[in-house]
Amino acid sequence: MASNGLKIAIVGGGLAGLAAAMKIAEGGHSVDLFSVVPVKRSHSVCAQGGINGAVNTKGEGDSTWEHFDDTVYGGDFLANQPPAKAMCEMAPSIIYLFDRMGVPFSRTNEGLLDFRRFGGTKHHRTAFAGASTGQQLLYALDEQVRRYEVSGKVRKFEAWEMLSLILDDHQVCRGLVAMDLQTLELKAFPADAVIIATGGPGLIFGKSTNSMVCTGSAVSACYQQGAKYANGEFIQVHPTSIPGEDKLRLMSESARGEGGRVWVPRKQGDARAPSQIPEAERLYFLEEKYPAYGNLVPRDIATREIFQICITGQGVAGGNQVYLDLTHIPAEVLDRKLGAILEIYEMFVGDDPRHVPMRIFPGVHYSMGGLWVDYDQRTNIPGLLAAGECDYSIHGANRLGANSLVSCVYGGFIAAPAAIEYAKNVERNGADGSKIYDQELKLQQEINQNLISQSGTENQYVLHQEMGKWMTDNVTVVRYNDKLAATDQKLLELMDRYKRISINDSNLWATMALPHARHLANMLELARVITLGALNRNESRGAHYKPDFPDRDDENFLKTTIAEYSGEGPVISYDAVDVSLIQPRKRDYSKGKKETAAVAPKQQGNEAGGKSNN
Amino acid sequence: MSATHSNRKSTTPPKTVEIHIRRRANPDSAQYWEQFEIPYRPNLNVITVLMEIQKNPVTKSGTKTTPPVWSMNCLEQVCGICTMVINGRARQSCSALIDNLEQPIKLEPMSKFPNVRDLIVDRSQMFDHLKRVHAWVELDGTHDLGPGPRMSQEEVQERYAYSRCMTCGCCLEACPQYEGDNYIGPQAIAQVRLFNMHPTGKITRDERLEGIMGDDGITNCGNAQNCVQACPMSIPLTKAIYEENRETVLHGLLGWLKS
Repeated sequence: MASNGLKIAIVGGGLAGLAAAMKIAEGGHSVDLFSVVPVKRSHSVCAQGGINGAVNTKGEGDSTWEHFDDTVYGGDFLANQPPAKAMCEMAPSIIYLFDRMGVPFSRTNEGLLDFRRFGGTKHHRTAFAGASTGQQLLYALDEQVRRYEVSGKVRKFEAWEMLSLILDDHQVCRGLVAMDLQTLELKAFPADAVIIATGGPGLIFGKSTNSMVCTGSAVSACYQQGAKYANGEFIQVHPTSIPGEDKLRLMSESARGEGGRVWVPRKQGDARAPSQIPEAERLYFLEEKYPAYGNLVPRDIATREIFQICITGQGVAGGNQVYLDLTHIPAEVLDRKLGAILEIYEMFVGDDPRHVPMRIFPGVHYSMGGLWVDYDQRTNIPGLLAAGECDYSIHGANRLGANSLVSCVYGGFIAAPAAIEYAKNVERNGADGSKIYDQELKLQQEINQNLISQSGTENQYVLHQEMGKWMTDNVTVVRYNDKLAATDQKLLELMDRYKRISINDSNLWATMALPHARHLANMLELARVITLGALNRNESRGAHYKPDFPDRDDENFLKTTIAEYSGEGPVISYDAVDVSLIQPRKRDYSKGKKETAAVAPKQQGNEAGGKSNN
Repeated sequence: MSATHSNRKSTTPPKTVEIHIRRRANPDSAQYWEQFEIPYRPNLNVITVLMEIQKNPVTKSGTKTTPPVWSMNCLEQVCGICTMVINGRARQSCSALIDNLEQPIKLEPMSKFPNVRDLIVDRSQMFDHLKRVHAWVELDGTHDLGPGPRMSQEEVQERYAYSRCMTCGCCLEACPQYEGDNYIGPQAIAQVRLFNMHPTGKITRDERLEGIMGDDGITNCGNAQNCVQACPMSIPLTKAIYEENRETVLHGLLGWLKS
């Protein structure tokens, strides 16, 4: 079979999607790349602090194994270990590749790549380009993919939104239906394989650190068409964000990596300006409680501690805020290493963080859960792959800072050859194969028509707000079963009210209302997956914390949550986790790793291991 | 030192926010103004106000209307998509804080690009310019070839400044020469600078120079220097134009000598 005839559709033009596009085009195959925004404006631009890779140029004895161990330990042992290990092994070469593409990584005096510290590790392992590393990495891939666009290997469909997969009678993925966001025209796009790389679902929580395109809508569509969704309940709440009316803006972990200290006044309600409070009267609560890692404990831990401080009224001015203090670091160093994020704070808050401690609070940031994939990034639907934040692999119950950029590129680089391999060997549609395209197209057109013609008293934006508030209040940092159950009931109520929304825009040309209505339906489905996954997991692990079940319970819950769609709601089951390489041990960041356990490779195999790698 | 929000205006806050939006139903119809008013809250930005109007689109005079549409994504002034003309100046609407704007606030789509609807414009010509100037390093492949060339932190910082361009279009909106896609413009020239400074990028320098040497090339710059003031990322655009002008002249001379 002529390999030149292969066509792979990629949905999403962030780091994972572009990484896959570059690899496929480089292999001589064709890519149709779909993105709701011009790909250069994808959410990857928001990543700030850096990208992890154990390059070990600092004489600290770092290794890819150490990176792997930090990753699974930080993830509270919920990640399947072989892909996490493979990612850590690929990480140094990924960083070097970006270096060759011209990413302006910060340098040492010898002109080598500089590395900084991030949470959950004792090593300088994070390469960085100022404090806008995600932007810089995304631009590098954008440039390379543009090259392939010029040579005709990549066709971009920007301002097109995927609405559904096209599945044949055997549930094999044969392409997708997408909508032109200007004309609202729907079109079926045949493809030999489809890679989903659409990022996270932060907008389910209303306000988050995510960009406005991060609805999880395309992923939810795949789930509703039969793709398994795994570990949905694991939502990372970033410890340091800047609360805003429209979104929670991220304040990068690199602020702490470069020496930033988190504190509140020891005396509750102390009204003095922060600079007037002497050192002894400040409570550096992370440093006191976790002497080994201090301000660089993993995110789930830092978030819970900040949350706890504020709940008990110890927050700055009694509010939901604590200080993140950089004022002890020379302004010149701050400008060089953190300039971009300090500008963001200054721009949106009005204070200069070089001289006044920042005031921050946790905000929904990242989904560890996502589409279930095997070790080659293949979902359970033949011909459908996933990569990046939208897949569940790698991070387990909590993601370490600066591991997301590397996991996006890793996922894209694994998905691309796997998609090509699949496409080379898959049987083509029979003679009457074309009818499946028309059928799906018609179905999607009908959904749009119904939304446009229905009239009711409910407001789609109000429903979205209500969903966001319930999800943020009940399904984030601290979770109680009664509140989770009530949230699910609320979601059912919202789904019912959704049937009575009316699109409030009579001009359908480039309307925002119809696409949002489609997102909302999909977000509600995924919100139930997240909520019920949390309700059913009666333990505390990583980002998932239940005061009524405060301990990790490996016996019952060292398992991947699998949600499958049914008309009555998500059907939850559990899969064994492959812990064949490192024996699970208790997470304890008050002590260094050497004190908690030996980091020796585990020799014996594990019966759970093979299952998920089919 | 005042503890917080030192650079805010300290006058009594207004009760409402009045916004005038220059609208257009589709590319074939005429533009018109519509006025809106929402209750004032502290810490609003233009995006929040637009969201508020979108939820319940009623004009200041109480007439129901279609919700205005606009582009938005990151809301941290790093994706560039939400650029519009606010009180006469092109900038990102996410970082335009209501407390710092004079009322009534006037929102208009950028004028140098095709207007799709309301505040949405089509900036694909900017991405086409990046194709023309080969704004990339000619990579041999994605296989592992070890690290890239060593560089000083100084060189990196100079390149980093150019590399922050988010293709927002503020420079083109402000440029008196740029009209109807007649000039390749500062953003593309700055990207030529970015890659021509890179040790590997230099190898294909000539291809990039040829991309800015046509009739609509770098010589169209009228030295108004508006671009560098309009750039939200403080990119040294005029420096890039100066350096690349020099490079193209040299390149042109060499080409003439060789022929």
